[in-house]
Amino acid sequence: MLDALKGPVQALQDFYELAGRAIRNVFRKPHYVDDILLQMEAIGVGSLPIILLTGFFSGIVMAMQMGRGLQDYGQTGRTGQFVSLILVRELGPVLTAVMVAGQNSSGIASELGSMKVTEQIDAMRALGTDPDQKLVTPRMIATALMLPCLTVIDDFVGMLGGGITAKALFAVPTSQYWSTVWHALVWSDVGQGLTKPFVYSFAVSLSGCYYGLRTTGGTQGVGRATTQAVVTASIIIFVLDVFLGRIFLWISQL
Amino acid sequence: MTPEPNNPGPAVPSRKSLLRFENVTVAFGADPPVLNDLSFDVREGETRIILGAAGSGKTVLLKTAMGLIHPVSGRVFLFDEDVTDKSEHDMFNIRARIGMLFQESALFDSMTVAQNVAYPLLNQKAIVMPRDQMEPAVRKSLSFVELEHTMDKYPSELSGGMRRRVAIARAVVTNPPLLLYDSPTAGLDPVTAHTIMALILKERDANNTTALVVTHRYQDGNLIANFRYNPSSGCLDPVGSDGTKTIFMVMKEGRLVFEGGQAGLEACADSYVAKFVKQPEAEAAQGW
Repeated sequence: MLDALKGPVQALQDFYELAGRAIRNVFRKPHYVDDILLQMEAIGVGSLPIILLTGFFSGIVMAMQMGRGLQDYGQTGRTGQFVSLILVRELGPVLTAVMVAGQNSSGIASELGSMKVTEQIDAMRALGTDPDQKLVTPRMIATALMLPCLTVIDDFVGMLGGGITAKALFAVPTSQYWSTVWHALVWSDVGQGLTKPFVYSFAVSLSGCYYGLRTTGGTQGVGRATTQAVVTASIIIFVLDVFLGRIFLWISQL
Repeated sequence: MTPEPNNPGPAVPSRKSLLRFENVTVAFGADPPVLNDLSFDVREGETRIILGAAGSGKTVLLKTAMGLIHPVSGRVFLFDEDVTDKSEHDMFNIRARIGMLFQESALFDSMTVAQNVAYPLLNQKAIVMPRDQMEPAVRKSLSFVELEHTMDKYPSELSGGMRRRVAIARAVVTNPPLLLYDSPTAGLDPVTAHTIMALILKERDANNTTALVVTHRYQDGNLIANFRYNPSSGCLDPVGSDGTKTIFMVMKEGRLVFEGGQAGLEACADSYVAKFVKQPEAEAAQGW
């Protein structure tokens, strides 16, 4: 029984060690600014199309379901309020993080995994570079900066999709829709909506880096690392969502 | 079987020790040790040929020497300094004095050939080179391997042999006193393999570098022990047996089963050791 637990506990310890080193490197020289910018482009701009699509369609679906439910009470005019609250507080951060995990945790894991199995990570160490500093920290910083931005975009296009649906299906005037969207939100919602993706970004980047850097077993191992990175990142995001949701509820009650 | 100290080549005790293993054991988890109680001493100017079957621990030996893998017991000395417990950051300065050719070249895919070769000059903290001197140094190193024209190409655009040559250029660009070659001819056709070996000899004879060459081909070791690079003709010329300081080491399942000169190796009665010497002869007899 204890032997069976050794593996996961060791993996967790390795993960925390990697996270600790990556965060410590933020304050240590050298800083690879070029790599950070490159990763910001890959993660931010690279994920934009899927964020726009998923955000827009999730907004449409939410407005459809909300409007239908509210129709029974004659409250379709409040569709915008529900769409914006759910998007900003919950669905936007989680959906964006999961989509970015699908795109980037896998990308990071496969890139670093390929480098590992072709000895490029060893070569990097042999040639005077700390792979944590050169590869992990820039990806962590880039994801932490880009994920909140992508979430804001996701929230907005979701609201846009919701607005179009509310008007088309439930004849909610556009001005009324945006007015309810705007008035439903308070600053704590915005804070919650930006804090969550910032926290999730570490799950996205670090799980990709962790599984990538511990890849063994050639190209088959790279495939395995990629899958594990996405699955782990997604699970961590949902688990964190529960805890963060509880913390923000507690804060709002103070 | 204990290592045979017979005919250990023309070793001069006064020569500086560049790499020393003292009872080094490397193991991963509960598996049997990959290196088992290994001891040897590489002196300045020597070339060590490390022969051994696949899985005998040759690559792990080189990575342990470089400080990329830490032993579970024993001590590793580089340039007479104990590096066994050194941190990764402290190792960077020591690694700057070692060049390593990895088995699969390990060139960075996202960088051009020139950027790959310039990488150690830019990233080794111990090497301070003004930016304007970097390009000539990269060009010189690439012309050494006769690949100056590939500077702007990416590794994926090169053949396996060319990638190996670029990796040699990257390993020698900092003029390190110690070079580690991990299976430099593995997976190459005989002509390309000969070109790579000629480059290794050229580097040794031009700069008098100390080298460890891991290989499973005895003919590579034979070439290093008995030939010298002729800079005027660009060919390899045979020399007398005392002309090169070459020592052979044979590894079996993480242990050193032979250490000594070529004559001792060829006379060794051990069937495992003899397999490496006899095989090329058998291949030659069959016209391979």
